[in-house]
Amino acid sequence: MQVNDNKEFQPLIVAFCCNWCSYAGADLSGTNRLNYPTNVKIIRVPCSCRVNPMFILRAFQKGADGVILCGCHPGDCHYTSGNYFTRRRMTLLFSMLDFLGIERDRTRVEWVSAAEGAKFAATMNEFTEAVKKLGPNRRLEDLRCRKQ
Amino acid sequence: MQEAIISKAKQLLADGTVNRVIGWKKGEFAYDITPAIFESAEEIDAEFVYDDFTSANVSKYLVKESKKEGKILAFLKPCDTYSLNQLTKEHRVNRDNIYVVGIPSDGKLDAEKIKAKGITGIIGVERNGDTLKINTIYGEETMPVSEAMSNKCLSCKSKKHVTYDELIGEDGEVIESDRFDMVEKLENMTSQERYDFWKNELSKCIRCNACRNVCPACTCENCVFDNPDSGIQNKAASDSFEENMFHIIRAFHVAGRCTDCGECSRVCPQNIPLHLLNRKFIKDINSLYGEYQAGEDTTSRAPLNDYTQDDCEASIVHERGVE
Repeated sequence: MQVNDNKEFQPLIVAFCCNWCSYAGADLSGTNRLNYPTNVKIIRVPCSCRVNPMFILRAFQKGADGVILCGCHPGDCHYTSGNYFTRRRMTLLFSMLDFLGIERDRTRVEWVSAAEGAKFAATMNEFTEAVKKLGPNRRLEDLRCRKQ
Repeated sequence: MQEAIISKAKQLLADGTVNRVIGWKKGEFAYDITPAIFESAEEIDAEFVYDDFTSANVSKYLVKESKKEGKILAFLKPCDTYSLNQLTKEHRVNRDNIYVVGIPSDGKLDAEKIKAKGITGIIGVERNGDTLKINTIYGEETMPVSEAMSNKCLSCKSKKHVTYDELIGEDGEVIESDRFDMVEKLENMTSQERYDFWKNELSKCIRCNACRNVCPACTCENCVFDNPDSGIQNKAASDSFEENMFHIIRAFHVAGRCTDCGECSRVCPQNIPLHLLNRKFIKDINSLYGEYQAGEDTTSRAPLNDYTQDDCEASIVHERGVE
């Protein structure tokens, strides 16, 4: 799937999208024929709160260059309060990654509702550009998982 | 102090308040004091030790011990009472089965620091005010107490017992400490410098799991790191990622529950400053979600089990100062 002209670095972006809002938002951006980079690989989760900090590290281990977590807007969670917990957890996790010297622009949390197809596409475009600027993830990768 | 503790232990055993005592006994050397369980006055007379090297926190042993028949007597230093309180709050210990005697602590010594001064063959120490007299097999040596004090005691946060059934000596106060200084110093470095610092530290890790095994907050019966599918259960340092992942996740699992007892760094055979990771979480929680000291009480909600509608967004991390 990866479009690679062998000149420009193509990052691998993992996007965790909650089933109820962001995944539907991604769907909407597709049906609206909006473009977003093929670098983004979406993983559907029942709620943004399902995302364990380990998932994020695991994505980096397996070669992701950036990880973005999308969920319902605060207050709109299908399960009432899931994304409020996500918000605290991810703030602390990202702060810790930053503390360990991992580039802070490689991680992001974005709230995308089912009606925001345009926002989804714009966010992914912007995030992919930001990660592209940083270059490949070298500080938090598992050499055993690197593809030759 | 040792006499007072021993007589208290014997008294409580004799009057049937408790049927066993968790304390400490000498290890192979004078300075490796290990936790031990005593069931009779004779055993206590023979082996019980409480001295300046007795820094092990016995709270974690109470998770298993408090589920057994009869009451157990535990001697807890102020920092240990925070751990026990936190375990009580999480329903990990049966507090009714524990008789806590609070003992004061004026800081414990780190044998490694003494050895680093070239003093070997330690057979005993004596504290006279600020000077430390060390008896060795080669004779007597002296050094300032502050230079031999263990790191966790140098930045002591509290001399107050938060839970006890009885006290020996006076209760202290919560004290101002400089425990976040090093965290702040690291925060003010550039991302590259921080990365280099942690790569240097974490790559020393031999994955002995001592930090996990000693941690009073790590009481899961099935630890994620024992899962063969976790991808991070190798014993040796096979890749720097493993150490990163292990330490980030371990610190995250105790975030909001870590009482900052400092046991992780104390037991680390490689001297990795693991407490810095925990303190970073504590500092973030304090600044973002309000002051919180784990183990201070048994009723408040842990910061990660709680939320408010106007919490800051995760992007606050990206907006912060230096790069």
